[in-house]
Amino acid sequence: METAFTPFTSFGGGLVIGLGAVLLMLGLGRILGATGIMSGLVLPQNRSEAAWRGALVVGMIAAPGVIFLVSGSMPQVNVPVSPAMIAIGGVIVGLGASLGSGCTSGHGVCGLSRLSIRSLVAVPTFMATAAITVFIIRHVFGG
Amino acid sequence: MKVIFAGLTGLVFGIGIALSGMMNPAKVLNFFDVAGQWDASLAFVMGGALIVTALGYRLVWRRSKPVFDDQFQIPGSTRIDRKLLGGSALFGIGWGIAGFCPGAALPALGTGRWEVVLFVVAVIVGLVLRRVLDNLWPARVPQ
Repeated sequence: METAFTPFTSFGGGLVIGLGAVLLMLGLGRILGATGIMSGLVLPQNRSEAAWRGALVVGMIAAPGVIFLVSGSMPQVNVPVSPAMIAIGGVIVGLGASLGSGCTSGHGVCGLSRLSIRSLVAVPTFMATAAITVFIIRHVFGG
Repeated sequence: MKVIFAGLTGLVFGIGIALSGMMNPAKVLNFFDVAGQWDASLAFVMGGALIVTALGYRLVWRRSKPVFDDQFQIPGSTRIDRKLLGGSALFGIGWGIAGFCPGAALPALGTGRWEVVLFVVAVIVGLVLRRVLDNLWPARVPQ
């Protein structure tokens, strides 16, 4: 499925994502990492941390609705992947991001911007394996 | 106040994710498909997010503590180990299979799409699986 090149809205979206990460550091002093936040909700080690994490996720989930109210249309979600692949990919994402202590938000945005050595290693690693995976699925198996 | 602030932060982050195109797997997978239908948009997302976060974090860290908490909680580890490398490599493989990452999927739940729900449930299974592995082989998977 072809998708349009959207440098301006994507850059703008990126600026707003960064603003979210900065606000969480300003208010709560925490890294905005989606995997850590999910993990802290599903497998809580410290109950007092669950309230802000829950609120953060509720705020995230409200975002498409707010966009709909303002613009009249929902953000696009086109899934060119079978349900089985979504499920398998999801389990691998959860396991991998947990072992690797972060995903695109925690390592990619927050980690790189503070020049964390672990993130400087993690991000090229997962970008490379993602690209190799897509290459294999699309150009070797022809999916 | 802390919880309300966290909710607003999640909303800001989610709006950024929605605008950026990150919650659209077709776009994410095309970003990795350099040999096919390449869509470079997501590089602009990362660029925008990093500019704001790198500058914003430095401003925030001039404070002695966050607004609603006693201290900044920033990961201090610099250890590059097999867990970081293997976990990140796995995460990339899962991202390349499904096209969603956790930070994009949480706000995408607000679109009400069943594919997103399936992915988030699968990620939770992966997070739980990691915990199970930790309990089975505590020495092999050190904290």
